Amino acid sequence: MARRAGGAKAAGPLSKVSVRVKVNGVEYSHEVEPRLLLVHYIRDVLGLTGTHIGCDTSNCGACTVLMKGPWGDEWRAVKSCTFFTPQADGTEIITIEGLARDGELHPLQKAFWEHHALQCGYCTPGMILSALGFLKINPNPTREEIKKGISGNLCRCTGYVNIVKAIEAAAKEMREKGSWI
Amino acid sequence: MIPRSFQYAAPRTLPEVVKTLRKYKGDAKLLAGGHSLVPLMKLRLSNPQVIVDMRHLRPKLSYVKTDGRSVRIGALTRHAEIEHSSELRRVLPIMPTAAEWIGDMQVRNMGTIGGSLAHADPASDWPVVMLATDATMVAYSGRTRRIPAVKFFQGPFTTSLKYYEVLTEIVIPKPPPNHGWSWKKFERKAGDFATVNTAVIVIPGKGGRIERASIAVGAVHVRPYRATESERMLAGKTPTIDLLRSAAEKAAEVAEPTSDLRGSAEYKREMVKVFVRRALVEACERANLIRPQVAEVR
Ligand SMILES: Cc1cc2nc3c(=O)[nH]c(=O)nc-3n(C[C@H](O)[C@H](O)[C@H](O)COP(=O)(O)OP(=O)(O)OC[C@H]3O[C@@H](n4cnc5c(N)ncnc54)[C@H](O)[C@@H]3O)c2cc1C
Ligand code: FES
Ligand code: FES
Repeated sequence: MARRAGGAKAAGPLSKVSVRVKVNGVEYSHEVEPRLLLVHYIRDVLGLTGTHIGCDTSNCGACTVLMKGPWGDEWRAVKSCTFFTPQADGTEIITIEGLARDGELHPLQKAFWEHHALQCGYCTPGMILSALGFLKINPNPTREEIKKGISGNLCRCTGYVNIVKAIEAAAKEMREKGSWI
Repeated sequence: MIPRSFQYAAPRTLPEVVKTLRKYKGDAKLLAGGHSLVPLMKLRLSNPQVIVDMRHLRPKLSYVKTDGRSVRIGALTRHAEIEHSSELRRVLPIMPTAAEWIGDMQVRNMGTIGGSLAHADPASDWPVVMLATDATMVAYSGRTRRIPAVKFFQGPFTTSLKYYEVLTEIVIPKPPPNHGWSWKKFERKAGDFATVNTAVIVIPGKGGRIERASIAVGAVHVRPYRATESERMLAGKTPTIDLLRSAAEKAAEVAEPTSDLRGSAEYKREMVKVFVRRALVEACERANLIRPQVAEVR
């Protein structure tokens, strides 16, 4: 096992850590290097490449996933590039792959399609999961509130107008259906 | 970007956390929300050998509690929890208002108040609020030490915490219900760190006078500061727009901004005058000491 020069003795051998998570309803258990970032775990270990890496510096939101656990029983949007995998031990996660049900798109996915809220689509998974996390906190937002809600997500194509419209439309449908996911 | 390798520990209790910190001397780092530490480690600006994750302490150290005299906030309370606390909206509205302005929703979902204070970025938001509200930081290392905010922030990214001390709680004396307050943050783009930020608390006295004002300013000095000269100018006075303007100008004299992407030193000093003035006006309005002002004056 690799030892670090210098303070190696103090820290001892570097060991892997076991992690159990539930992603899109499926339970996983792995031994990981503690430094493995959650976004890399999701993409490279679980093979769920719908979660993107944009900036890799906590700014763009492309890596956003929903997580339940660290806050009690609430789903919250987090940036998976700013997260060590062991921190996620015992949590539940939803990625973009987990939104459609039996081949039917989630209201947010449908609204993004219908309102032309994407062009290249790179920001879209993160944008949709942020929107979903935001609607969990505020199910009936104004346009202004939506803009603030998704301010942690950058889109380089659309100019945001259609994204805001799509979220507004989806929020309405979700309220009417009384369902969130 | 991948950080250097490290050992990971997630102790179950506070004494175990302290034991781990003591064992590895300065080589271990606490991990709270990770929203300052993880980016630094990815850039390899910080390379701790051991990470001590406090996630198991969350049930104990995440709370907002109020009693007759004070508000107590657990160090692992996330920015979002402060933002959405209806109790704080009622008794200490400057806190949820300041929280709203930190980064973006995802950052607020993870970042903790304790992590922000211990990190002591000179441009961050909580230290400024702590100074203005006369907060006390509670540190644990086997025994408990209480550190007033004015002694806590020592310089850029430097606090008076020892490497084996864990910040566990923030205690804020409850201001009277009729206090005026204001939080102003000037940012270059949405979710950015402040170019200038300022927190003001005004306690109204008899006959339309200010009994006491506290003014804290951040992002324009090596550490956030209290504008004590300006506070003295206001104590016992009936506020007028001119008086508030002079107090704001006085507050800018203490600033020692540096020129960077967010503006030149000269520009930032001007912005201190503008934002402290606006904050003073808003706080005096809320304390019913002046009539609501038209936009140009504010
Ligand atoms: C995109 C982005 C935008 C941001 N914008 C803002 C902003 O506008 N304003 C702002 O103020 N901040 C901003 N931040 C910083 C954010 O608020 C961080 O959450 C906060 O600074 C650190 O809190 P944390 O819980 O994430 O701490 P961590 O990153 O886990 O820790 C930070 C440091 O504090 C130490 N530490 C943590 N907890 C304790 C404790 N209880 N006792 C002793 N030491 C401890 C750690 O060892 C580490 O050195 C932003 C961050 C990002 C990524
Ligand atoms: S990749 Fe940009 S915030 Fe995570
Ligand atoms: S659709 Fe291309 S970045 Fe948003």
